Order: sequence, then C-alpha cells, then structure tokens
Amino acid sequence: MNRRTFINGFLGGSLLATIATFLYPVIRYILPPKQAEAIQKKVTAAKVGDLAPNSAKIFKFGSSPAILINTQDGKLLAFSAVCTHLTCTVTYQGDTGTMFCPCHNGRFDLAGNVISGPPPAPLESYQVEVAGEDIFVSKKA
Amino acid sequence: MKKLGRNIFAYLNERFLLQNLFDLSQKKKVPEHPCSFWYYFGGICLFLTGIQIMTGILLLLYYTPSIDGAHESIQFIMSQVKFGWLIRSVHSWTANILIGVIFVHMFSTYCLKAYRRPRELTWITGFLLLVIFLAFGFSGYLLPWNELSYFATRVGTDIAGSLPLIGKWLKTLILGGSSVSQATLSRFFWFHIAILPVAAVAVIGTHVLLVQILGMSKPIGINEAKVKEISFFPDFLYKDALGWTLILVLIGVLCVFLPWEVGKKADPFTATPLGIKPEWYFTFMFTTLKLLPSHIIVIEGEKLAILAFMIGGLFWMFVPYLDRRAAQEKRSPVFTLIGAAVFLYIVVMTILTYTVRGL
Amino acid sequence: MKNKLMMKKWMMLLALSCLLFLPGLGFGQKNSCLDCHLKLEGELRAPAEAFGQDIHQQFGLSCSDCHGGNPAQDDVDLAKDKSFKGAPKRAQIPEFCATCHSNAATMRSFNPNLRVDQLSQYWTSRHGQLLKKGDTKVAVCTDCHGQHGIQSVKYPKSMTFPWNIPQTCGRCHANAEIMKDYKISTNQLDEYKQSVHATALFDKKDMSAPTCNSCHGNHGAFPPEVKSVASVCRQCHSSTGELFSKSPHKKAFDELGMSECEACHGNHKILRPSNEMLGTGEKSVCVQCHESGSKGFQAAADLGRIIDSLEKQMKQNEDILALAEKKGVAVSDATFRLQDVMTILISTKNLSHGLAVADIREKADEGEKILAEVRQAGDKALREAKFRRTGLIIATAFLALFGLALFLKIRDMTKSGSRP
Repeated sequence: MNRRTFINGFLGGSLLATIATFLYPVIRYILPPKQAEAIQKKVTAAKVGDLAPNSAKIFKFGSSPAILINTQDGKLLAFSAVCTHLTCTVTYQGDTGTMFCPCHNGRFDLAGNVISGPPPAPLESYQVEVAGEDIFVSKKA
Repeated sequence: MKKLGRNIFAYLNERFLLQNLFDLSQKKKVPEHPCSFWYYFGGICLFLTGIQIMTGILLLLYYTPSIDGAHESIQFIMSQVKFGWLIRSVHSWTANILIGVIFVHMFSTYCLKAYRRPRELTWITGFLLLVIFLAFGFSGYLLPWNELSYFATRVGTDIAGSLPLIGKWLKTLILGGSSVSQATLSRFFWFHIAILPVAAVAVIGTHVLLVQILGMSKPIGINEAKVKEISFFPDFLYKDALGWTLILVLIGVLCVFLPWEVGKKADPFTATPLGIKPEWYFTFMFTTLKLLPSHIIVIEGEKLAILAFMIGGLFWMFVPYLDRRAAQEKRSPVFTLIGAAVFLYIVVMTILTYTVRGL
Repeated sequence: MKNKLMMKKWMMLLALSCLLFLPGLGFGQKNSCLDCHLKLEGELRAPAEAFGQDIHQQFGLSCSDCHGGNPAQDDVDLAKDKSFKGAPKRAQIPEFCATCHSNAATMRSFNPNLRVDQLSQYWTSRHGQLLKKGDTKVAVCTDCHGQHGIQSVKYPKSMTFPWNIPQTCGRCHANAEIMKDYKISTNQLDEYKQSVHATALFDKKDMSAPTCNSCHGNHGAFPPEVKSVASVCRQCHSSTGELFSKSPHKKAFDELGMSECEACHGNHKILRPSNEMLGTGEKSVCVQCHESGSKGFQAAADLGRIIDSLEKQMKQNEDILALAEKKGVAVSDATFRLQDVMTILISTKNLSHGLAVADIREKADEGEKILAEVRQAGDKALREAKFRRTGLIIATAFLALFGLALFLKIRDMTKSGSRP
C-alpha cells in the first residue's frame, strides 16, 4: 500500500480506538451501580422487631454514628450519637432510661438534653418514621 | 467499505440534498498568517462546550437537585458509580478550562480587532456567550451543595443585592427567596440545565453562523500576498483535531491526579469559613470590591466599583462601534492599549486574590 | 455590750442604706468617697477607679457599705465619721467580707443562690489555718477575688473564672520567693500547663476540665489526702474508677497506702497516657512494682501486647486509607468504620484498669474483625487508584497515536497541497 493509504488507515484506526476508550467508561457509567441510589436523607436504621423495648442500636447516619432507641413504652426515638463533649459515641442505659457517654460520664435525657456531666450542648434529635417493616430515620425539617 | 459509504451517502443525499452542503463546505477557507494560531481557540471553546454537554447529561443521570440529596448524590457519583469520579471531574475541570479559553479567545479576537465591521454582531454574540458561560459557572458551582459553594453563592448574591435601585429585587429573583435555600438550588439547577443551555445553543448558533457567512477576520493591513488559504474541510479540521487531542490528554491527567473534591456538606448555620472566595474567574471583580476603600468622596466604594464594572462591560460589548479607526481598516493602537490594560488588570487582580494575606 | 448594740444599729443602717442605693443605680447619687478619691493619685486613686467595674457596684453597693463613713459629706473629717472602718488589715479581711457573705439573710436579698459557708470553709483550709496562727502572708479573699474591681466567677475576665484560676493560684504558688518559707514546691503550675486538662481548658475551652480548685477545693483549699485523690478523679472518670476498684490493684494500693490514680498518672502533669505505660518496656509503670517472672509482669506484657497490636493495626489502616484518598479514591465508608475501631481502642485502654486480660482480648478481637473489613476496603481503594492510572496511560497512549496519525496526515496534506 502507498503512504497515503497507510496514513488514512492509521488515522481511521486510531480514531476508532480513541472513541472506544471514551465509550467504555461512559457505558460502564450508565449501567446501574450495585447500590441503587445515593444515600438519601432517610436511612433505614432497623427493621421493626429488631429492637426489644428498652434497648437501643447504633447505626450510620450520613458519616456519623446515630442511636435508635426503643423506649420502655415502645416509643422509637433517634438521636445523633456523637457526644457533644469530646465526640465519643454515647450508649443507652435501660436502667436509668438515659443516654450515657462512658468517656467522661456525660448523661442525656430522652429529649437529648444534658442532665449531668461535661457535655456543653444537647444531642440533635432525628425524625423516626415506620413504613411497613422498616424504620426510617431522617433529619428534622 | 468504500462502496458501503458511497451507498449511504447516495441514500441520504437524495433526501437531504447533502451534496449542496458539501459543495458549500468545500468553499470554506481559512487564511494562514503569523497570527492565525489564535483561530484555533474558537473551535476549542466549541469542543469543550461539547464535552460539558455530554458530561453534564451523564451527571444528570445520578444527580439530585435537593438540599437533602445533592451532596449525597455527588458523593455517590464519586464513590459508587463506575467512572463517576471521571465524568464528574471532567465536568468540573473542563468548566474552568473552558472559561479560561473563552477569555483567551476574547482577548485574541480583540487584539486582532476581529470585531470591526462587518463582524460587530459576532463580537456582541461572543460577549453574550461570555456572560452565559460565567452564569453557567456560577449556577453550576452551587449544585454540589458543599460549604464552598454555599458561601460563594451567598457572597456573590450579596454583591448582586448591593446594586443600586434593582439590587434587592434582583437578589430575591436570583435566590428565589431571601437567602440561599432549596428554592435557590432548584432555580440554579433550572438555569444550569434548561435556560442557559437553550440560550447558549441559540447564541452559539448565531455566532458560528456569522463566522461561516463572514469567514475569518484577518489582521488590519496585512499583506494579502503573504496570506495562504487552506480549506476548512478537512485540512484545518485536522489541525483543530490535533489541538483537541492535546487538550483531552491534559484533562485526563488532571482528572486522575487531581480529582475534584466532594467537600463538606453545606450547613447554613455554621459560620462563614475564613477566606471564602468565589471561583477564580470572578476573583478579579471580588478583589476589586475588597480592596477599594469603603467610601470614595460621598459614594460607597462597593457601589462605585459595581457601576464601573457595568460601564466597563458595556464599553467592552460595544467596542466595535466605538473603535472608529478599526472600522475604517486603520490600525487603532489606543484600543489595543485599552485591551492590554484590561487584560493586565484582570490578571493582576486575580493573582492578588491568592497572594495578598487577609483577603 | 454597748459596742455590739452599736454594731447592730450600724448594721441595720448599712443594710437599709444598701436598699437606698438600689434605686440610685446609675443616677449618680452623691458619693463623696469616689468624688474625692478620684482626684487623688496612685494607691489612693486606684480603688475609686476600679470600683466602676465591681460587681458590688452593680448591686447598688458602694464604698460606705463596706468601709462605713458618710458619703454625703464633702468634708473629709465629717465623712470619716464614727461608722468609718477604713481599710481592713490583711488578717481581718476574711471576716470583713464575711460580714455580708456569711449572712444568709443578707445574701438572699442579692443572690439567693450564693453559698454563705465560704468563711467556715476557709478556716478549714491551709490558708485559713495559717492565718489563725498569725501568718498574714497567706491568701485571703482579696488575693483571689481582687479588692475593688471584683468580678463574678461567671465573667471570663474574673480572676476566679475557670481558665484564670491556675494563674491566680500560681501568683503565689509558682513563686519560689514567696513559697520558700513553706517548703512547698513551686512547679505545679508549670506541670499543670503541660497536662491534658490544661489543654482541654485553655485550648478547647472546655469549662468542665479540672483546674486547681477542682481537686484542691477553693475556699477550703487543702492538699488532698492520699485516699481522696482518686475520689476526685472519679468525678469525671467514673468508669475507669469502677474498673480499678474491681481489680486486684485496689486492695494492694490500699494496703500499701498508695494513691490510686496518681501513682501512675501523676497529679499536676497528667499527660495523655501512652501505650508505653503498659507492657514491660522502660517507660512501663507496671514494672515499677512487678518483677520479671511474676504473674503481674506477665499480665503487663499481655496487656501491652494486645493494645499495642490493635493500635498499630489501626494506624496501618489509617495510612492505607489516607494514601487512597490522596490518590483521589473516595473512602468515606471505610473511614467511618475506622471510627468504630477508635471507640474500641479507647475502650480497651480503659478496660486495662480492670486488669481482666480475657475481657480486654475479647474487645480487641472485636476491633480486629472490623479492621479486617477496613483493610479489604482500603486495598480495594488502592487497586482502584492503580486502575485509574493504568486507564489514563492506555487512554493517553491511544490519544497519542491518534495525535500522531493526525500530525502525519496534516504534514502529508501540506506537502501535497490538495485534498486526498
């Protein structure tokens, strides 16, 4: 073949290869990823029946831990579990019905308010919704 | 292979009368002379716009324009979606590169006085495109709903709000309310994916049509004998393509080694972070406002600066009608100097933003 | 008897005149004391100047309420009438202030919440005891609260606001000259300033952090006895205290008369505990008592090893995630899981006070399970980073080839000068 044919062929071939290099990521992008959607404001904290009354569970909310409490009388409450003192993760104490931070004995009531210890601010409370089997937690409006 | 191509062409030609188009395109010529290097930049703007449209459409597949989901969807795109990091980083980097190239294109055409008669409308549509793409940048910047975008939008709309007479009304119109909120995000999203693209396509269409009809402008007083002409199809296009290929490599390197960050989710209740600035292409105006004294004689410094910018903008837009000498094909060094001064001002002010402490 | 009656009469008048002054707040009632003293210089002027900021002034009290005298009189001899007490001597200051501050009925009319036992506490303190014996160099009320510009404890510029207390106490206790007769060291302030509590108080503005008075008391200040130091620490560190009390150390320390928390952590210079305090290395506190070969030594070695290993693994994983992030790969989920490991690590360090090696090992195992997951995610992220770079190289190679093809084509066209 002469030079011109070679150059044209080279041009065409490399163009196709380049297009393929761009098409591959675009197609993989469009194919649905494993996790179907971005984490919306609603997080599934647990399934109904997971938690016994007067117990609690820590779950991930956004990028921080949060706590879901099933109170003695069966009410579901959710709070940020990041202690406002020095960011340790709080726990729920069934015997006192309060949230307790083991690091420096901070104690919060079931409205998130500080009732004793060094924490300077209350725990942010979240909205809990039950839809069928699932318990959803979202930020309050 | 060639036979197949010929058959397809024959089929389409019968219906679209393509041959006429082809013959017309063959006539399109591009002059070559010492300054013709600058001709590439218009095409680069178009190429980058194409990239923005494509990556923008892809991002639309996974983006959520609500304050509860926007940031999370960006996080999702960057971490869960295959090549999401690439599409998003390309979109963010190309936006900045595009605006940079628009400025280069604008200053090079200004320098060559390409705005002179009969190309005044090409210049004016070009100026409108500058405004449209700055609006693209401003509206797009808010969409990830992170700290930087939230506060940059606040600062930007505050400045709009300080305009005399219409300021407050304008600010409310832009924000969709009294402060940066869901209404703002919806509004900016609407602008970014509907209003501005339609406007851009219409104005680009006009701009490119004018270029096709009027051809490329040559420098004033050029020796016609020295000018060679090459066909646009395919000669100049190949050269264009080489430039585009190099830019693609640049974008690829930037995206892999400097992927765009997700940032912290915007929290309207936190204090404004120190040193908040708008994106670099707005910083020359931002720094002007910051450096001016609070009062010049009786008038507020800020208002005076905004007024100056508006008058400057109008001057710049209507320069084809002001530059009488260029319209007569005479060299106009005064306007060249003005252009150089404006360029220098923008460059210096932009650099000062990042080097002066406490800004 | 007559003097006491006179005293009571003047006390009544004083109390009543206090009320008189209340409506006079800010209306510039005649106060010849201030008028005159503001015209003077130096030491005689200072009280009048400072009083403008005083908390007593805000409650409508003035010079004569403490010092007696008649503020309505311009003539100095008439002003310094029989009720005039003048400046009290140092030894009399506690009782001088206590005239009001130990009187519940009086204080109730100003601030019902204020305690009225400061004087009785003071007499139990070392300062009070020495004062009774005739030593007037010790601290009295004005040394810590100021004289005429006294601020509320809640006001950040007050000498008794938590973050100012170390400096207030340090004025004497960090001064070798003043303390030389008492044979007390003067390095406590320096040591405290290096401690985590000082960092919490001064840098993090954590008002709950302990300062001098948290452990020593304020009005009843006295060095804590060996037994009581630990009770003080337990105020905030109760879970650690409980663990310690259940451990074999409690009995041992009590028998040896050793101070519980202080023996290993110090008193003023309490630093962030390092892992080196455990184990059997040279900085270990365990080997101070436990000889090589003993059960205690073995337990120390086990504890040190478990916690060290967990912390090292955590650091490794942190580094991997940081590297991945630097290379541009998002690792927020894994970083979140790592926070759980941090909580477990803190928990194991706390548990070490209980000395139950089995419990600690269980907790550490929990942490290691999570770390395994994090490690997986981290490795995946690093692989992704590599994949991106490889992809870039391939894409750039193709683009380079395409660019070369274009270049050749352009050169070819330029040479031939016509469309092929």
